[in-house]
Amino acid sequence: MRDRRITEHPILDFKTGEVIHFTFDGKPMEGREGDTIASALHANGVKVLGYHFITNRPRGFYCAIGNCSSCLMIVNGKSNVRTCTEPLRPGMVVETQTDRGVPDDV
Amino acid sequence: MMYNIDLVIVGGGPAGLMAANTAAEAGAKVLLLERDGHLGGQLVKQTHKFFGSEKQHASMRGIDISTMLGERLDAFDGRVTVWTNATAIGFYEDGVITVDHDGVYKKVKPERVVVATGASEKFLSFPNNDLPGIYGAGAVQTMMNVYGIRPGHRVLMIGAGNIGLIVSYQLMQAGVSVAAIVEGLPHIGGYAVHACKVRRAGVPILTSHTILRADGTESVESATIARIDRSWNVIPGTKKTIDCDVICISVGLTPLAELLWQAGCEMRYIPSLGGSVPLRNDCLETTVKGVYVAGDVTGIEEASAAMVEGHLAGLEAAASLGFKSDNYDAERKDCMDQLAALRSGPTAEKIRSGLACAESR
Repeated sequence: MRDRRITEHPILDFKTGEVIHFTFDGKPMEGREGDTIASALHANGVKVLGYHFITNRPRGFYCAIGNCSSCLMIVNGKSNVRTCTEPLRPGMVVETQTDRGVPDDV
Repeated sequence: MMYNIDLVIVGGGPAGLMAANTAAEAGAKVLLLERDGHLGGQLVKQTHKFFGSEKQHASMRGIDISTMLGERLDAFDGRVTVWTNATAIGFYEDGVITVDHDGVYKKVKPERVVVATGASEKFLSFPNNDLPGIYGAGAVQTMMNVYGIRPGHRVLMIGAGNIGLIVSYQLMQAGVSVAAIVEGLPHIGGYAVHACKVRRAGVPILTSHTILRADGTESVESATIARIDRSWNVIPGTKKTIDCDVICISVGLTPLAELLWQAGCEMRYIPSLGGSVPLRNDCLETTVKGVYVAGDVTGIEEASAAMVEGHLAGLEAAASLGFKSDNYDAERKDCMDQLAALRSGPTAEKIRSGLACAESR
């Protein structure tokens, strides 16, 4: 598959950031410094971020700016993380969410 | 702990940045709240050059305007505090605003507030509209222009307003093919200059067309479109299936006004402004004293108008606290003149009629 990362652009200059290693449903993946979780997944060809907790239909992001909550995933064991705005960090364990999620002890 | 401050501005986009600059310039102590990790709002993905006049930084690209306005905030001797990763989550009767700042719950009690929360993208109803690969036009722009990632290989754009046209062009700049732009109205809503650019690049703009459905197993693989008549009924025999892995929805925006509802501002549903908007006076003060508004939360316009409204709201909020500069009258008149100019002409008739319904008193 053709690379999803843009390397040449008439206006923007995308610097190639440091590689960040993370896992998605147990599979090792690479993102770049500056990625969100969702952008890194998208660069790896992953569009399905979860399955709806009632209909079980696949879910991807919609707004990519933290408004719509269509991109919720389990990150480092924590449910309902908005992956479209959450920065990717080294060693993150990212998992597909299929339920309502478990409230954490805020 | 309670933070006391002259002015809180909610939202660090074009309106909020201008409000912060203006109020701090006048002498007010300002706390600027931004939900994202960086300032600029949606300016950070606007790679196109702005229109309007020099005062709204016409011919500059949105990304550069954002940087410029953010850097100016440093010049006010510490009168501006910026919290990023800070979401205003509550607005209480006693004027307290609660904030989730980097995961820490904080309470802020300002004398005045400017709400500049912007807008969110509208959606469209059709079978399978929840398939991954169906993205808002803003989302596509964010993926490409902020993160440098192509949203897919072949995109069907829904909506030929300015955003649909601009994002189509930006997709091509990023090396993504645009199958077509589908528009329900019999005419193109956006500026001819943008429409001509995409047409010259070979992208058909199909007016009087609509999307009937999306198909795909785990994500979008195709879309079915058809021609419609003036009453939006499908014309038999015109169905067409288009192979695409992204369907981009560009059917407008709606104000993000939750905080204003919480604050008890009188709201009115005005379709031509994109949804429910706060009633306000000519100082951009809502029906709740001390609560000002600016930008898309007052009704959907463009970033240029948002910047001028931010200027005006920052000026008025500061002045009401006694921070009134010698230039106040001239600045106020200048803002009014700029807004009138931006809203002149036949294409802004919709905006003008909507705004007339949003005046308080």
